[in-house]
Amino acid sequence: MDHFLHPRNVGEIPDADGVGTVGNPICGDMMTIYIKVREGRIADIKFKTFGCGAAIATSSMITEMAKGKTLEEAMKITRDAVAEELGGLPPIKMHCSNLAADALHRAIEDYLKRKGEKK
Amino acid sequence: MRSKEGRKLKVYLDYGAAAPTDPRVLEAMMPYFTEHFGNPSSVHSLSHKAREAIAEARESVASLIGAEEPEEIVFTSGATESNNLALKGVAIRNRERGNRIVTTVIEHISILNVCKYLTRQGFEVVYVPVDQYGVVDVGRLEEAVDERTILVSVMYANGEIGTIEPIAEIGEIARERGVPLHVDATAAAGKVPIDVVREKIDLLTLSSNDLYGPKGVGALYIRKGVKISPIIHGGGQERGLRSGSENVPGIVGMGKAAELAREEMEAEAERLTRLRDRLISGILERVPESYLNGHPTQRLPNNANLRFSYVEGEALLLSLDSLGVQASSGSACTSKTLEPSHVLLAIGLKHEEAHGSVLFTLGRDTDERGIDYVVRVMPRVVRRLRAMSPLTPKELLR
Repeated sequence: MDHFLHPRNVGEIPDADGVGTVGNPICGDMMTIYIKVREGRIADIKFKTFGCGAAIATSSMITEMAKGKTLEEAMKITRDAVAEELGGLPPIKMHCSNLAADALHRAIEDYLKRKGEKK
Repeated sequence: MRSKEGRKLKVYLDYGAAAPTDPRVLEAMMPYFTEHFGNPSSVHSLSHKAREAIAEARESVASLIGAEEPEEIVFTSGATESNNLALKGVAIRNRERGNRIVTTVIEHISILNVCKYLTRQGFEVVYVPVDQYGVVDVGRLEEAVDERTILVSVMYANGEIGTIEPIAEIGEIARERGVPLHVDATAAAGKVPIDVVREKIDLLTLSSNDLYGPKGVGALYIRKGVKISPIIHGGGQERGLRSGSENVPGIVGMGKAAELAREEMEAEAERLTRLRDRLISGILERVPESYLNGHPTQRLPNNANLRFSYVEGEALLLSLDSLGVQASSGSACTSKTLEPSHVLLAIGLKHEEAHGSVLFTLGRDTDERGIDYVVRVMPRVVRRLRAMSPLTPKELLR
């Protein structure tokens, strides 16, 4: 509830190094995660979410969990880990944490792809 | 989120989901739990009191809807059972006459799921569409009623978007074709006047809790002469149409609730309409890109269903709840399924629009202070969520 009423890291990063957007129109959830990478670590992370309370809370939680982590560590954050950090989610809301994990992973993949293209 | 207005108010605006039992109703029920506990079917004198009480309740419910005979009222366990009895009972009894049932796309789930079941049993169900306000397309309904049709079922008013249907017009068509009309009046009874004779209604579903009576009781009006089979068999109570020893305290409560509804409906409807319009216009004026779902005037006095672009309904509800405001949502995430409301989709809303809707249902304890509080906090609640949403256009946040 705290992560819903007082979400951390809300917003956008205009010059982000990686951006990941995932959406699930069936439940009406859409999430974008922006990351800034310095020396292989997530230096800054922000999110924007359209969705239910659980979707907003999981977005906020995953940005807190990923901040400062190396890309490898961040890639290993699973939906179960996010749900666990929040103190559990009802089964019907698990797809929200799934979405958050997917958005983060997609942002990292986006960063790696951009880096690859520059070389 | 802390309230800038200082003290947080408690504002309950979910009467459509559950209403408190009126203390006068509770008082009328109490003796039937203890002193007059007798079974109305018994022979001894203790049963008399229970029998009389049920007869009185039957009269009171009949009189709320203008039924000619109290015996046309059958007590059930609630609106879901009444809807099941009406549809299955008429379908099974009239199987030889035909197999078509005509209903609408915006019916309650306890109609739609019975229709699905009957389809599996070989009946053909036609779902008539509605317009952008949720008003049933009477022309399409008329076309759908053919010689094989054994029942038409249309709700009196939609509990979600508040739209009141042209029942008298539909009753005229059904009566002319000799097809019984069932009307689910769960959301409408006690809010707007209903006259089963004038509106040519053959079967009508009522719920006690929506009249501020106890939960777990309802009724089905069955006009004399309508052919119907029971769906619950046993000791033959309720003229054989609903077996099982009567829920005497519940029935007494529903009777009292119906009596109070009849006496107080007119003044209460006027009061609620005023508060409803104050809520609707207050929010629409203060929140950009907010819209009313359902009909602007032809709507239940206690219903305000509003839509907010770029945000999701459940997040709105949780935010409102943190400020003491309890409302409901037609949206996916509050219900047991993830599907958006079939009613909102039926009036032509896109999925994301349907998801961004909030339903306020007003009731006896709703007052101006509560409504003004909601109107005050709503812009802030919506703005906060819009600031978080990737869908919100930048201009809107300036």
